[in-house]
Amino acid sequence: MSAPGLPAWSLPATEHDRIAIDIDRPERVTPEWAFGGSTGAGARVCVLDSGVELDHPLVGTVEQSVTVVPDGDGFAVVPDDEGDLCGHGTACAGIVRALAPECSLHSVRVLGAGYKGSGDILLAGLRWAVEQGFDVINMSISTTKSKFSALLHELADSAYFGRTVLVASAHNMPVESYPWRFSSVISVGSHDQDDPRLVYANPSPPVEFFARGVEIDVAWPGGSTLRCTGNSFATPHVSGLCALALGKHPGLTPFQVKNVLYQTAANVGGAG
Amino acid sequence: MSGSDGTRDAYRALTAAGILGGEEHHRALLQSIVTAAQAIFSARAASIFLHDEETDELVFEAVAGESSGELVGTRIPSSTGIAGWVLVTRQPLVLDDLGNDPRFARGVAERTGYVPETMMAAPLLHEERALGVLQVLDRSQSERFSLADMELLGVFAAQAAIGLDLLRGARRAKASIEGGPVDVALVAELAAALEATEDERREEGIELLRSLVAVLKRD
Repeated sequence: MSAPGLPAWSLPATEHDRIAIDIDRPERVTPEWAFGGSTGAGARVCVLDSGVELDHPLVGTVEQSVTVVPDGDGFAVVPDDEGDLCGHGTACAGIVRALAPECSLHSVRVLGAGYKGSGDILLAGLRWAVEQGFDVINMSISTTKSKFSALLHELADSAYFGRTVLVASAHNMPVESYPWRFSSVISVGSHDQDDPRLVYANPSPPVEFFARGVEIDVAWPGGSTLRCTGNSFATPHVSGLCALALGKHPGLTPFQVKNVLYQTAANVGGAG
Repeated sequence: MSGSDGTRDAYRALTAAGILGGEEHHRALLQSIVTAAQAIFSARAASIFLHDEETDELVFEAVAGESSGELVGTRIPSSTGIAGWVLVTRQPLVLDDLGNDPRFARGVAERTGYVPETMMAAPLLHEERALGVLQVLDRSQSERFSLADMELLGVFAAQAAIGLDLLRGARRAKASIEGGPVDVALVAELAAALEATEDERREEGIELLRSLVAVLKRD
């Protein structure tokens, strides 16, 4: 917004009322205020991963499954009925569902049979997901290739300004990878306690939050479960909590959602 | 061999000759890493795979513990099993129930004569490349898996990645020498032979080479 006599991106006095934001300021953000009574109903969560097994008892309904395929010089996003070819996406979807039982789940498959994926496919899938305006995108995958970093950064910022919370898994080893290192996403590492709602805020980023990530019984293809460890599985816990907050407070921006996570973290405001 | 090209070739050959003998040392380093990993995790076996990009296969380069003898050099397709998953996703995995995991290549394990029940696996990342995979099989279950274990696995993986990078460098150099001009290979052989001698004999050899260089430089 700009007006004569004002620099670009300015706010003239006449516009103050127009941009009033209709939201009650809580005196204090508590877990009860943030998540209390919410089932995630109303929140649309996208799992960008290896696909999700349809009708898995721990996942329930998946409203939409798509995948990314080569199309001429680029890529197209098409309906997908392959389910999950390696298990990772089903595990993540099951964790989101466990925390936010009534959220609406969507799957974008960017990892395929034989585990083959590529940075280009990952980018195309993420771009599509950002364009759909999902409330939350769970991204328990990352790329270590720096040539994709700038484009991922742009997409992460687009998500941020488009009110899509991008929850990204930190790498499990001390290496550079993306997009979890960007400040416009919510990045997640693991703690080793059993409480699925327990979140710690990290005072020493780039990893900003820790959630349950060790020895979790997750949903696995074939209607089964499997015990897994890793930041990949901590991440959907935070996605689930974001879905609860957004189900209850649909107007929250990614900035506010991150703040809600911070204010409700177990180690903020006292001993962890 | 003449002029600066020749000098460069000889220099390259001598450098490479040092690396030639190095392959064994790098292998020994990888072997010591898997042996240490097996001991620290009280595991039944540990192994390092190299990803052969030309054939897109995973090759056993070092194995400690169960079926260690026959496995070195064995190749499997890179999209096989847990190792393939770890290579492509570049993420470590800890699995306590391989029997239920569809990613587990049971057939491959059976062919080695040893089928593990649990596995930890980490990608061997060097700069932006995934060079291979480190696996630790059937670690001691006396204590619950912890984040410290994952960190420790990462420490071994970092060492193994450096070892694999050295091994690849040595092999590339060897290939370039073997495929190069006869005189380069000859100089390399000479350097390797000199490297293998000791004391007086070595001194004599160096003296002889100095004389040879002087003769060759004469107009």
